[in-house]
Amino acid sequence: MRARLASAIAGVVLGFGLPFAVAGEVVVAVAANFTAPMNIIATEFEKDTGHKATLAFGSSGRFYAQVKNGAPFQVFLSADDETPAKLAHDGLAEPASQFTYAIGSLVLWSAKPGFVDAKGDVLKSGKFTKLAIANPKTAPYGKAAIQTLTQLGLLASVEPKLVQGENIAQTFQFTQTGNADLGFVALSQVMKEGKVTEGSAWVVPAEMHEPIRQDVILLSTGRGNAAAEALMKYLRTDKARGVIRSFGYGL
Amino acid sequence: MGFSAADLGAIWLTLRLATIVTLLLLLIGTPIAWWLAHTRSRLKGAIGAVVALPLVLPPTVLGFYLLVVMGPNGPVGQFTQSIGIGLLPFTFWGLVVASVFYSMPFVVQPIQNAFEAIGDRPLEVAATLRASPWDRFFSVALPLARPGFITASILGFAHTVGEFGVVLMIGGNIPDRTRVVSVQIYDHVEALEYTEAHWLAGSMLIFSFLVLLALYTFNQKRST
Repeated sequence: MRARLASAIAGVVLGFGLPFAVAGEVVVAVAANFTAPMNIIATEFEKDTGHKATLAFGSSGRFYAQVKNGAPFQVFLSADDETPAKLAHDGLAEPASQFTYAIGSLVLWSAKPGFVDAKGDVLKSGKFTKLAIANPKTAPYGKAAIQTLTQLGLLASVEPKLVQGENIAQTFQFTQTGNADLGFVALSQVMKEGKVTEGSAWVVPAEMHEPIRQDVILLSTGRGNAAAEALMKYLRTDKARGVIRSFGYGL
Repeated sequence: MGFSAADLGAIWLTLRLATIVTLLLLLIGTPIAWWLAHTRSRLKGAIGAVVALPLVLPPTVLGFYLLVVMGPNGPVGQFTQSIGIGLLPFTFWGLVVASVFYSMPFVVQPIQNAFEAIGDRPLEVAATLRASPWDRFFSVALPLARPGFITASILGFAHTVGEFGVVLMIGGNIPDRTRVVSVQIYDHVEALEYTEAHWLAGSMLIFSFLVLLALYTFNQKRST
């Protein structure tokens, strides 16, 4: 109890606009690619505000279906900007609360050191057997990968070598296990403390694809929930943004 | 509203996969079931348990380990590469191999039960009439175990059609090669294309109902 009081006071001191913070709970739906940073942010959030954030990880499409059918989430961190907008349009979320909490970076990655050069020329050389991408129909990183290949004029030539993961996590597994020698994955998956530590990578220049905007939205079920509203604010703090950046996301 | 070309491709692929897997399982599963039904070996329990393991293991977990084992650094992957057929993940035959593992208990167990129900007596009688071991198997055991084989085929087929997690892990979602119906439905749902998903899922439901109806009608007829 004393610890909770102390952290509630800390919340006030740090100025999150919660003059009379009462510890509450918020259930958050989080896009799978944001798992690692969100775990850290949630811990810090709890420390700083006393509110508890319970996290559920999954795909944005599935969360959409679940929220539409009464899932008990109050905040939704999507992997795109369309799904939150769609929920707002359906009257299940607060349109004014939507903002971009992270911009994803796409990276061409191989588990083999030295396999991917600094300019991604390995794609042109054709010296690989399988290229893993996320499903472009459902995953923003997959869509960005297709846009990049189109931009490079290589889509037709690599098409027979493409394999699709259902989401970016699975795409990473395909590549990490070496079943695909190359993969377009999220920079956040291969970056630790600001650098790529394993294998070899080419960070795709942002102008080669539409920005991978990841938006957060307050769901209607979270209206008036102090913990939910505090989390929405917390995501904009420098501390949270620092964590987000350290995983290779832009802002 | 009907099926798109991609949907039809997925349906055709699924039927092809399930048929091949069922036939292979009958070939591989029959000797295993025979051995399990007749052996007095101490290994019986262990082998029986291994066959039943896919029932316990979550499919995505099984799929993940198959991905690792059949990958370039896994033992199976190194073997398939050394004999020149490349790697199995992301190919149709990779799905076949995975499905054989995954559906094994559904085929072995009904056949094993059928063999056990026949018992040793009819085979011993046949032996006194100088039937060779092969003759006893094909002319006595097989016909008597027919209901078990039919149950095994239907269950093996239906279970392969309904497979999802394993295929998701090692398939790579390639149209006409590894994108089966269950994955296609999942894609539709993820892409919020609910009408298309309903169509495919509805057809799958009707198909499964008919298969199970056939199974139970057959079993009923047999017992009366």
